[in-house]
Amino acid sequence: MSTMQKLLGWVDERFPLTANYKAHLSEYYAPKNFNFWYFFGSLALLVLVIQVLTGIFLTMNYKPDAGMAFAAVEYIMRDVNYGWLIRYMHSTGASMFFVVVYLHMFRGLMYGSYRKPRELIWIFGVLIYLVLMAEAFLGYLLPWGQMSFWGAQVIVNLFAAVPVIGPDLAVWIRGDFVVSDATLNRFFAFHVIAMPLVLIGLIVAHLIALHEVGSNNPDGIEIKKNKDPVTHIPLDGIPFHPYYTVKDILGVVVFLMVFSAIVFFGPEAGGYFLEANNFIPANPLKTPPHIAPLWYFTPFYAILRAVPPIFGSQFPGVAAMGLSIVVLFFLPWLDRSKVKSIRYRGWMYKTWLALFVVSFVTLGYLGLLPPTDTATLIARICSVIYFAFFIAMPWYTKFDKTKPVPERVTG
Amino acid sequence: MSDHQVDRGKRRFLVAASVAVGGVGAAAVAVPFVGSMFPSERAKAAGAPVEADLAKVEPGMLLAVEWRGKPVWIVNRTKEMLDLLGKHDDKLVDPKSEQPQQPDYCKNETRSIKPEYLIAVGICTHLGCSPTYRPEIGPTGPTPDWPGGWLCPCHGSRFDLSARVFKDVPAPTNLVIPPHKYLTDTKIIIGIGQDGKEA
Repeated sequence: MSTMQKLLGWVDERFPLTANYKAHLSEYYAPKNFNFWYFFGSLALLVLVIQVLTGIFLTMNYKPDAGMAFAAVEYIMRDVNYGWLIRYMHSTGASMFFVVVYLHMFRGLMYGSYRKPRELIWIFGVLIYLVLMAEAFLGYLLPWGQMSFWGAQVIVNLFAAVPVIGPDLAVWIRGDFVVSDATLNRFFAFHVIAMPLVLIGLIVAHLIALHEVGSNNPDGIEIKKNKDPVTHIPLDGIPFHPYYTVKDILGVVVFLMVFSAIVFFGPEAGGYFLEANNFIPANPLKTPPHIAPLWYFTPFYAILRAVPPIFGSQFPGVAAMGLSIVVLFFLPWLDRSKVKSIRYRGWMYKTWLALFVVSFVTLGYLGLLPPTDTATLIARICSVIYFAFFIAMPWYTKFDKTKPVPERVTG
Repeated sequence: MSDHQVDRGKRRFLVAASVAVGGVGAAAVAVPFVGSMFPSERAKAAGAPVEADLAKVEPGMLLAVEWRGKPVWIVNRTKEMLDLLGKHDDKLVDPKSEQPQQPDYCKNETRSIKPEYLIAVGICTHLGCSPTYRPEIGPTGPTPDWPGGWLCPCHGSRFDLSARVFKDVPAPTNLVIPPHKYLTDTKIIIGIGQDGKEA
């Protein structure tokens, strides 16, 4: 036995290193028919690493103080060695996180990855998405620009719309009667410690659940139903390592090309990744003429604006926005189709999914615009479609004509 | 192990008692943590009343002063502006100021103590943006029959020059009139009411 093998043996008697390597990489059998849409899970993990790493280095020079925060960010941008690069990687990473997560979620919708037995994977995923939104919102206050301040003001006031306890709840969240130094300081604490810890815990749970039941695939066929009688390895499965690690490296290379192009040539992305008004220090007495959240929140923001106040309360709009995310949790039980994948579904599901995507993107676009009568009307129609996709799902998935699903995965 | 039977009833009782006592302890520990997130004594002290000089505000102009970190507007309304106030009651949600968005001494058509001076908290009752002052009257305003007022840049809520909200906009109620009191003819204090009540 070589020295390395001896060393490995010594470790394995004390820590299940080889067992874990086998269970999660070299003997984790994933379906052999993964396609383009299966890049985004591993890419999300890559972006997480980028965010944690750049985040650690940003905190070395950032000051969570209302009097110093804006200048600290400018200091990072101008005086800290490579500070501009680290900060642009972090700001671009935030948007790219949502790009890959939205594509990852869409993949789940297409191939029925949330269906039995993967309900918990989906629920952990929705929780990750929620925490990610909180993390992005909390982090956006830290540069202490005009959009930071007024964005936080608007979102915290959503809580004030809750009946009875609302106003006190908003004061409690801010730690003051307005968004102030106290708010900035606590948002910093949540952004750099609390939320990342929760996020990483949920990602671990997401992956443990995934590796317990095994990955879905574009055909929505359970590969564990067809195992080799001798080895008990799924006939349509291939070891994650080296097959999918190599495939994912290709995805990583292409992703990093796009990522670098944004970081180096257009980190503001025309105002979509970094808003122009956020280069003005926060001013509590002057709201910028037009406030829009960052692009990844705008679909929900448009739903919020689409609901008119009822009985003199803006709570219904806030509730609609909350429900638009809560409804995702119920997806595994709303879908009554016999098949998982869109490949074997009929025209009804395909039409509904297309309508849903169009409304979601339209809402996202409308959320960026100032409110006008036409925009509000379109936003109302799209909000109805958004909810109808979920509420009508038990019926249209049940009555939809499905195609026969093959025994084994197709190419 | 001994051959004694496990006393399941006793075990359940002990588990339940431990969970209950532990739960009470956890809730008690949560109190200081939750409490620490409420405004500190310093933040509360910063909410003291502020004074403002009305003489600085020319007719038709708006002056914003800061009170509790919020903008408080002081508007010197001209005769023309005041004359228009009663003409669009049908388009307002709460023209008579029935909802408690103002102290009792401001529950009148002009929502003020002296008709010409409007004192209002410049925070939209929808989601807390600060609406933009649009004093121009007529078609150059946000609507063709604009009587002067405010337009919220965030979600398009509109208010007239008495800070009353128009119908069919996201904001549900009129803007808040803070408690304020005249110290002299041209000097007010915001945060203490004409009736001596503090905010």
